[in-house]
Amino acid sequence: MSFNKIMATGLLLSTLGVSAQAQSLVYCSEGSPEGFDPALYTAGTTFDASSHPIYNRLAEFKVGTTETVPALAESWEVSEDGKTVTFKLRKGVKFHSNAQFTPTRDFNADDVIFSFDRQGNAENPYNQVSGGTWEYFGGMSMPDLIESIEKVDDYTVAFNLTRPEAPIIANMAMDFASIVSKEYADAMLEAGTPEMLNQAPIGTGPFAFQAYQKDAVIRYLRNDDYWGDKAKVESLIFAITPDASVRFQKVQAGECHVMAYPNPADVQSMKDDSDIVVMEQEGLNVGYLAYNTQVAPFDNPKVRKALNMAIDKQAIIDVVFQGSGQIAKNPIPPTMWSYNDAIEDDNYDPEAAKAALEAEGVSDLSMKIWAMPVQRPYNPNARRMAELMQEDFSKVGVNVEIVSYEWGEYLERSKAKDRDGAVLLGWTGDNGDPDNFLAVLLGCDGVEKSNRAQWCNEEFDAIIQKAKVLPTQAERAKLYEEAQVIFKDQAPWATIAHSVVYMTMRPEVEGYVVHPLGGHIFNQVGLSQ
Amino acid sequence: MLNYALSRLLTFIPTFIGVTLISFSFIRALPGDPIQVMAGERGISDERYAELAKQFGYDRPIYVQFWEYLTGVLQGDLGNSFVTKRPVWDEFFALFPATLELSICAMIFAVALGLPAGVIAAVNRGKFFDRALMSTALVGYSMPIFWWALLLIIVFSGNLQWTPVSGRIDLLYYFPDPTGFMIIDSLASGQKGAFVSALRHLILPTIVLGTIPLAVIARQTRSAMLEVLGEDYIRTARAKGMSPGRINGIHALRNALIPVITVIGLSVGTLLAGAILTETIFSWPGIGKWMVDSIFRRDYPVVQGGLLLIAVMVMIVNLTVDMLYGVINPKIRKR
Repeated sequence: MSFNKIMATGLLLSTLGVSAQAQSLVYCSEGSPEGFDPALYTAGTTFDASSHPIYNRLAEFKVGTTETVPALAESWEVSEDGKTVTFKLRKGVKFHSNAQFTPTRDFNADDVIFSFDRQGNAENPYNQVSGGTWEYFGGMSMPDLIESIEKVDDYTVAFNLTRPEAPIIANMAMDFASIVSKEYADAMLEAGTPEMLNQAPIGTGPFAFQAYQKDAVIRYLRNDDYWGDKAKVESLIFAITPDASVRFQKVQAGECHVMAYPNPADVQSMKDDSDIVVMEQEGLNVGYLAYNTQVAPFDNPKVRKALNMAIDKQAIIDVVFQGSGQIAKNPIPPTMWSYNDAIEDDNYDPEAAKAALEAEGVSDLSMKIWAMPVQRPYNPNARRMAELMQEDFSKVGVNVEIVSYEWGEYLERSKAKDRDGAVLLGWTGDNGDPDNFLAVLLGCDGVEKSNRAQWCNEEFDAIIQKAKVLPTQAERAKLYEEAQVIFKDQAPWATIAHSVVYMTMRPEVEGYVVHPLGGHIFNQVGLSQ
Repeated sequence: MLNYALSRLLTFIPTFIGVTLISFSFIRALPGDPIQVMAGERGISDERYAELAKQFGYDRPIYVQFWEYLTGVLQGDLGNSFVTKRPVWDEFFALFPATLELSICAMIFAVALGLPAGVIAAVNRGKFFDRALMSTALVGYSMPIFWWALLLIIVFSGNLQWTPVSGRIDLLYYFPDPTGFMIIDSLASGQKGAFVSALRHLILPTIVLGTIPLAVIARQTRSAMLEVLGEDYIRTARAKGMSPGRINGIHALRNALIPVITVIGLSVGTLLAGAILTETIFSWPGIGKWMVDSIFRRDYPVVQGGLLLIAVMVMIVNLTVDMLYGVINPKIRKR
């Protein structure tokens, strides 16, 4: 941060009469954000520091749920054919100001159009700014889906789609869909510093950005003009602390109020400490072993089901997750709507597994298991997990060879249709919509892409395609429940685990809610005196 | 002296080119590429991949990329980070003062304790103090930094609450940082208690980072002193009835300093390497952590630019050490 910028912010602060020592909530975060324009990035750490405190979206996820609620749009309407979604915008919403910029108008349709146009339109002057790669916009197929965005009037915007798509509302609540100020963007472009949009963000959110020092600290001040419920603390501070043990020490010493991602090994001692509060919830993710369903004998669902029965998932939860995981029986996590709890898991039974393999005429089977080289919440140690599976499979007479590649290679090679072996991988949900799991990971379109099982089941695919375009959540949920039954019966994967997310905080922290989509949100968090 | 300095400076050029080439090729020799890593589980279409590769400029032949990098470097342009999209140069100089501040403190700590400890051990050779000191130095040298840091944090910050756990200053202080050196900026801010807070935050990281150089310096001083103390001129001085303090402090130490200064110079490299772990544990916003993150993300411009800048720093330190030889021992200058 330049000297001038800090001096200017300091000046602004003193004119506002705000003291830096006012009630501050300190959050020990795990790393530095990549920047402050959420549309440019994909990491949760970046979203925690940008989209949640600083920005709003047309729709938002109600904190603690995957349900979408109105935000900058007061309401929306989907046309009869499902191809036009019209958003009615909220009036009187103010953007933040900083040393370089003071807004002259309220939020309106121009900001909405600009926020999306810059991501999809190569002609937009901001398309190439800050090396814009717009990963999520592309990743959620927005360029194919959005035909045009129309300004009906200052407070009405219509999205014309190329096909009906129910998850569009959930997509509008995602971080990449955060609404930025067109007026600010224009001013910065004119000043020759368009990168300020990313470095000194202006949004409509409950906190205004104050200052950032890389790898050290991010500061925010409460937005007193906020359109919704105002934040409970006057300032929010992110103390960037990469080491989990050190974060815990800082919470104990009172240097932080809240910390993310404790070491699983520390969780028990945290729970035993009366001065520490630990909250937990299943993460919106799933870790799985995907068979290659196009290669014999794994093209036979009965063989896959037999192998699933050979895996001792509880041992994996105990050893690999050290308790911070939960056995997965469905391809979607239990916090997601339409989760089918009636489904019976293929329980661990090596004897039955052996018999089932023999019944299918499979003997002396040798296979490969691919172990990821990186840690992920849904799989903290893939190598160890693969070793446990190797041991389990050997008990039913299946010989396993464990292979691994560098991460980029791994992702690329595991897509191949003739891939040799079953792949350990997982997924973390983006928008809380079941379509984001079932269609992306198991749909026929995903074969040779994100569908690592190379599994294309016509019945399953027809159901999820139909569910995608139905208007109500209740109707869609019914279809997704059916889809999960087919999935379980056909067993393209062995579903292994959902991680359990822990949040550690001091007892004076009030109102924190663990968010299933994984973000750390402090809008409504207060401190008792 | 000027000729000597110039001749040392000339050796800079081939080293600089070598370092540029190595830093450029090393990160590219690692498997995996930044676009795949960036896309992660979500994957990326071939068209999009090609688009990004073009944008990042590595769809072109490797020698073209190197040439562009080299001409950029000579014009002072190290490129922009793939991840943060900011100039490497800006990022480095925003973070480097923190590393430098910590390294200087660690070096002062190591020299201030290591030099006298080595001298005392040499003078008391074979006695209890010597043995105790040298065994402690061996332990210090072999200590895993990660473990040592956590131990100190748990004891001094957790149990005794004497020092803060991590960071550079209490977060309630907020002031401009024109120099990037927290000690100076906190003093300049005039905010009550800020300077003390900055000092308190320096204690544990300084000890952790300084431990290995301290052990090395103590051992090197001891053996250099022992060698010198056996020389004829020392015996002569003793025979003349010179006081032991004068013999050890002036005649012996000055001559023993050459190998010690070499070790101090070499320790700068160790400090920068140690800084990676120390900075991670103490949430110290320096270049160590920045480099490690960039390697994992295959952020080519940051890795190659950062390595180059660090190498230049080490080269400057080595040059300074070479100059110091000349000051301490005029014979070297004339060679």
